[in-house]
Amino acid sequence: MSSSKASRIGEETRIDKVNAELVTLTYGTIVAQLCQDYDSDYQEVNKQLDKMGYNIGMRLIEDFLAKSGVGRCANFRETADMIAKVGFKIFLNVAPTVTNWTSDNNQFSLIFDENPLADFVELPDDGRAQDELWFSNILCGVLRGALEMVQMQIEAHFVSDILRGDDTTEMRVSLVRYIEDEMPPEEE
Amino acid sequence: MRRASRYPLGDVTVFSLIIINKAGGLIYQREYQAGLRSLSTNDYLVLAGTFHGVHAITRSITPKLPLAQTSPATTTPGGGGSAPPAGYSYPNPGIAASGLEHLETEKFRLTCFQTLTGTKFLLFTDPMTGNVDTIMNKIYELYADYVMKNPFYQLEMPVRCEAFDRHLGAWLRGRT
Repeated sequence: MSSSKASRIGEETRIDKVNAELVTLTYGTIVAQLCQDYDSDYQEVNKQLDKMGYNIGMRLIEDFLAKSGVGRCANFRETADMIAKVGFKIFLNVAPTVTNWTSDNNQFSLIFDENPLADFVELPDDGRAQDELWFSNILCGVLRGALEMVQMQIEAHFVSDILRGDDTTEMRVSLVRYIEDEMPPEEE
Repeated sequence: MRRASRYPLGDVTVFSLIIINKAGGLIYQREYQAGLRSLSTNDYLVLAGTFHGVHAITRSITPKLPLAQTSPATTTPGGGGSAPPAGYSYPNPGIAASGLEHLETEKFRLTCFQTLTGTKFLLFTDPMTGNVDTIMNKIYELYADYVMKNPFYQLEMPVRCEAFDRHLGAWLRGRT
């Protein structure tokens, strides 16, 4: 599937929307509360955000598949286009740029020109948040959970964030492996 | 043009729905025709498990074609003296092999839709029912909304979501 087709699906898939500021404020509150609960242990906050995202992704993938009607991607490059141009487009109304592919086509970066989760946000100036907290880390978890449900084990992390004073907000995504049709875990 | 109903209680198209999780467990079962004879819970569990197995078998027995080889002499597979093929691939390699999709008898049609995540929706309909794909897509959307987005629904566990029952029931009744 060509990337222009992915863009078209992203544009045409209609999904109920809520006020963007509600999302921003809700998410901001969650992160702030986590920082408080974990006593500004930002590593732990990152971890919790990732875990929350993972649980969201495992559920959200069904919504993505049902509403967009897309089929299985032929390769990881196509998957990347789907994530950027359909997934982010229909759920967050942004379309990050897919770039910085490794030569084996197993790793890419998503560059976010805008990030609705981070509107109005200034990281705490305790001297550590700027270096330790990945504010939008929930997105990494979402991708990990969603792709795991469609038989792809990936690893995702932020490498830079405008909130930290970097020039761009960049997430690095690497394919660990395709989960082959293995015997499903015992279910009792 | 509507054909005359074959059923005493009106124009029935969808009989029942079964949802099977990716491990082959039954997670949902409902009838959409009042008074339809139903099986015991245990029978449904066995049915789900058996179908899951048969589905996996149908996928694994998908015929595979020998891969095209570099030498042009092997265009007729099985021809005398040709080298064994280097490997096999599905007739259309771009599309993954699916399992059983339809099962039809004189009295009913069973349509199976497997999502990319491995969940299977089995829909029992009248063999004359058209647009089963549309019905299936709608069911999938409702499932995504009212089951997957319910934060208290545990993944892979039996579906006990009242809102899903309600919306699905209303939509199926409304479309006949």
